[in-house]
Amino acid sequence: MSVWEFANPRRFMGLSGRVLPWAGGLAVVFLSVGLIWGFFLTPDDYRQGSTVRIIYLHVPAAMMAINAWGMMLVASLIWLIRRHHVSALAAKAAAPVGVIFTLIALITGALWGQPMWGTWWAWDPRLTSFLILFLFYLGYMALWQAIEDPDTAADLTSILCIVGSVFAVLSRYAVNFWNQGLHQGATLSLDKEENISDVFWVPLVICIAGFILLFLALVLLRTRTEIRARRLSALQARERMA
Amino acid sequence: MIALLIRDLRLAFRAGGGFGLSLAFFLLVAVLVPLGVGPEGGTLARIAPGILWVGAALACLLSLDRLYALDFEDGSLDLLATAPLPLEGVVAVKALAHWAVTGLPLTVVAPVLGLLLNLPAPGYGWLVLSLALGTPALSVIGAFGAALTVGLKRGGLLLSLLVLPLYVPSLIFGAEVARRGAAGQAMETPLLLLAGISLGAAALLPFAAAAALRVNLR
Repeated sequence: MSVWEFANPRRFMGLSGRVLPWAGGLAVVFLSVGLIWGFFLTPDDYRQGSTVRIIYLHVPAAMMAINAWGMMLVASLIWLIRRHHVSALAAKAAAPVGVIFTLIALITGALWGQPMWGTWWAWDPRLTSFLILFLFYLGYMALWQAIEDPDTAADLTSILCIVGSVFAVLSRYAVNFWNQGLHQGATLSLDKEENISDVFWVPLVICIAGFILLFLALVLLRTRTEIRARRLSALQARERMA
Repeated sequence: MIALLIRDLRLAFRAGGGFGLSLAFFLLVAVLVPLGVGPEGGTLARIAPGILWVGAALACLLSLDRLYALDFEDGSLDLLATAPLPLEGVVAVKALAHWAVTGLPLTVVAPVLGLLLNLPAPGYGWLVLSLALGTPALSVIGAFGAALTVGLKRGGLLLSLLVLPLYVPSLIFGAEVARRGAAGQAMETPLLLLAGISLGAAALLPFAAAAALRVNLR
């Protein structure tokens, strides 16, 4: 049994219907545990006080904003290479979720920046590249909206997603070059000696898991909606023909 | 290929609009910004490279929606697609023609506008060089964006939403070269990166643009 069997919409609907409640339920559990733990049961940071708690929304949202684009890229490639409709619809379904995560990261970042850096916004490389990522998402979604024929739309948005990914990476390094930043480096990494303290680390990882599950649940839900909408329009077209 | 290039250039010159319009737009940007930020020389000198680069990017954008639109409407794009010349070549030639009627004139008049904006003397050469190296990328990226939106009734606004984020790296490095040149600093790194983006875009994007055109002609 290969993974491509789930490119069949019926099989995909079957599997996703079984996975969705679990993903959604676990997302709720993980997010409530992580956020309650993070917001109420961790000590204040010695320098940042209680504003450090924004990290439990900011970091997972930012991670998933980037990963959502990555998932769209993979789905677009699968669509272009193997022409599985479910894949194209999954990419379409992920974009609004990704844009909301980007927005959450930007807004929580502004709320965090105000007390810490004394400014809502700075033209820091990370902030700027996130704003550019936001624009990429908007362009991608606008292209989906603008084209009526679903296959044409899927092809063109897939091409845009691939080219956009290259330019998004380029922009990321270009803005790095353009301005030095206020933003700190990575808080979590696998290969560094010094990470965030364990007290904050455990709830943060739980929150990240919660965001991943939330993303999974939302994308599955939206993909299922798209598949149903496609079936509906096919039925309507058939009735008009008859 | 050469015949197509000559045809496109002729159309651009004779049909009017495309050629003069983007130059006039570029001039207008250079006039409006001082009116907006005030006539003080020091400020203008500091922001001049950036303004000229933003102006060039917007001026390039202005004529993009006409790149394939007329050929698409009268069917000559279908003929070009079935011609022995590969569609990638058609895209590259069209981007070249677009550059010759927008990017090149912009590069040539940029020093005059630099004068208007009080650009410091050492900056002129670097401004021209950065525009000469950077505007081809703007045209090729634009040709890709235009290929995506060619079938749409009102693609103009969407086109700018798609293309402007793709202009970011060229804009950053181009303006950086001009700014560092004006300030007399070392500008080798951004210059090489700018040229690299242009060459990479010119080499790879025609394939993406041709793929998009094929989808739109289907």
